[in-house]
Amino acid sequence: MSEKVLIKGNEAVAEAAIASGCRHFFGYPITPQSELAAYLARRMPKVGGVYLQAESEVAAINMVYGASAAGVRCMTSSSSPGISLKSEGLSYLAGCDLPAVVVNVQRGGPGLGGIQPSQADYFQATRGGGHGDYHIIVLAPGGVQEMFSYTCKAFDLADQYRMTVMVLTDGILGQMMEATSMTVNSEQATANSEKPWAVGGVRTGRARNIVNSLYLKPSELEETNLARYEKYKLVEDAEQAHDSYLLDDAEIVVAAYGASARIAKNAVDEARNRGVKAGLLRPVTLWPFPKKAFLEASKHARAFVSVEMSMGQMIEDIELAIRCSRPVSLCSRVGGMVPDPAKILQAIISASQEATA
Amino acid sequence: MSIVFSKTPMLTDAVQHYCPGCTHGIIHRLVAEAIDELGVGDRAVGVAPVGCSVLAYNYFNCDCVQAAHGRAPAVATGIKRANPQNIVFTYQGDGDLAAIGTAETVHAAARGENITVIFVNNAIYGMTGGQMAPTTMPGQVTQTSPYGRDPKAAGYPIRVCELLSTLDGAAYCERVSADSVKNIRSAKRAIKQAFQNQIDGKGFSLVEVLSSCPTNWGLTPAAALGWIRDKMIPYYPLGVYKNTP
Repeated sequence: MSEKVLIKGNEAVAEAAIASGCRHFFGYPITPQSELAAYLARRMPKVGGVYLQAESEVAAINMVYGASAAGVRCMTSSSSPGISLKSEGLSYLAGCDLPAVVVNVQRGGPGLGGIQPSQADYFQATRGGGHGDYHIIVLAPGGVQEMFSYTCKAFDLADQYRMTVMVLTDGILGQMMEATSMTVNSEQATANSEKPWAVGGVRTGRARNIVNSLYLKPSELEETNLARYEKYKLVEDAEQAHDSYLLDDAEIVVAAYGASARIAKNAVDEARNRGVKAGLLRPVTLWPFPKKAFLEASKHARAFVSVEMSMGQMIEDIELAIRCSRPVSLCSRVGGMVPDPAKILQAIISASQEATA
Repeated sequence: MSIVFSKTPMLTDAVQHYCPGCTHGIIHRLVAEAIDELGVGDRAVGVAPVGCSVLAYNYFNCDCVQAAHGRAPAVATGIKRANPQNIVFTYQGDGDLAAIGTAETVHAAARGENITVIFVNNAIYGMTGGQMAPTTMPGQVTQTSPYGRDPKAAGYPIRVCELLSTLDGAAYCERVSADSVKNIRSAKRAIKQAFQNQIDGKGFSLVEVLSSCPTNWGLTPAAALGWIRDKMIPYYPLGVYKNTP
């Protein structure tokens, strides 16, 4: 039986962390993710966990780095400006192949930007964020239920691949409430895997463990990069995920993730009412980008429309995925403004007319 | 033949990369001896900084984590909170601890984080070739204060023990020096105390060790030790600045 509770997106992420066996959270206040930290400040002591408010986002991600090196499931959360500060740590986590879960409840930018929802951190998230060659897995929930379930999945993926997994969401999903089932399957509850590489505990009869990303010999550093990219290939193969709506016969494929996808879905319905064969392709993993699904959709699509709360970021991945074989147009609002279903409908109709012409 | 002196087990066999006459080697040995004497080597975790001692993880014979520049106290916090039974220490230079990592240092102390911090102060950035450090003294010539540090333009050095001793969370702050046998023996006592405090759960303990940098000071090893005595100790007085019973 899955009983549902009415809960905010940010709190669903927090509860998912508890449900996934995460007992170490290192945070720093920033709007619009603050409920997440507040929730864990209440919950962690009740379950014997650690809630620690760091002096900065920089410190918080480095506490995650330390806790992860010590082998525990751990998480930090922030919003856009704070993620920029955490980017140094993301690079080090990648360089040491440490698992971690990082939540970004996006707000408008650049700079201090605003506090309203945005998706403008797409490039930052899907390209890694910090310095060096690396990726993080990026999950994009589409509602509060998925905020919960994909956060649970994030912990499993992080351990499985020894990577950072980012739950990339936005101020709308973080702040809204929906009826959500917070049941965890047994696999998730017991997914704390063995971590023979971790530091700490009592060292008896094993070689010492060193967690490090420094390689002064270029040939060795190259080796670590090549090995990591072999792992990334496996991830790209196995973990691409998407959701679709009326996609099978779609001639105009609307691509959108997160809150944008919810709005775009309405526009797709309205387009169908007007006789345009529109469908929605919603990436659930932003890295790895669901290239296979886009390539498949391009077989029957005449055009794509990327709906984003950013100035045309995901559109580049769509063009790459379909190898520019179809026109891709952009329908976007930024700075905390939200796409309007009527404008999306217009974009769908324009794309349909241009593709016919 | 009987062995009258041997390497302490907490040091590995790796050949250390430090310059001739640098006192990092002595300080490494003091830390290693303290851990061995307290019998906590099997649960010690070291956090290496960025700077001359970045390769400390090759020398301390325990689990180690290499941290981003200045972040060692935050990394140590994560390790200690994950596994409170571990004895967690950081080993940091002045640029790492008192410039880029000032926030992490001050807040780890303010939280009373139950870790041990070994702070090696040689008043200069060594690894990058001798630039002005947060602990470079007024008038001191470095690569980036070529006419001597002018406080009007470059500000004043930070006295870390004095600064941290004002914080309720700091349990123990002591400044020692590696310039002479007498002071090295005193440094050993202080470092051991800083680890004992962690075992006893007393909270944040820091030992600042005045250290030499013959290479970047442009002095012979012997003259560099004299420079610690004549120039550094008057500016950075030795002693216990905080010792919460």
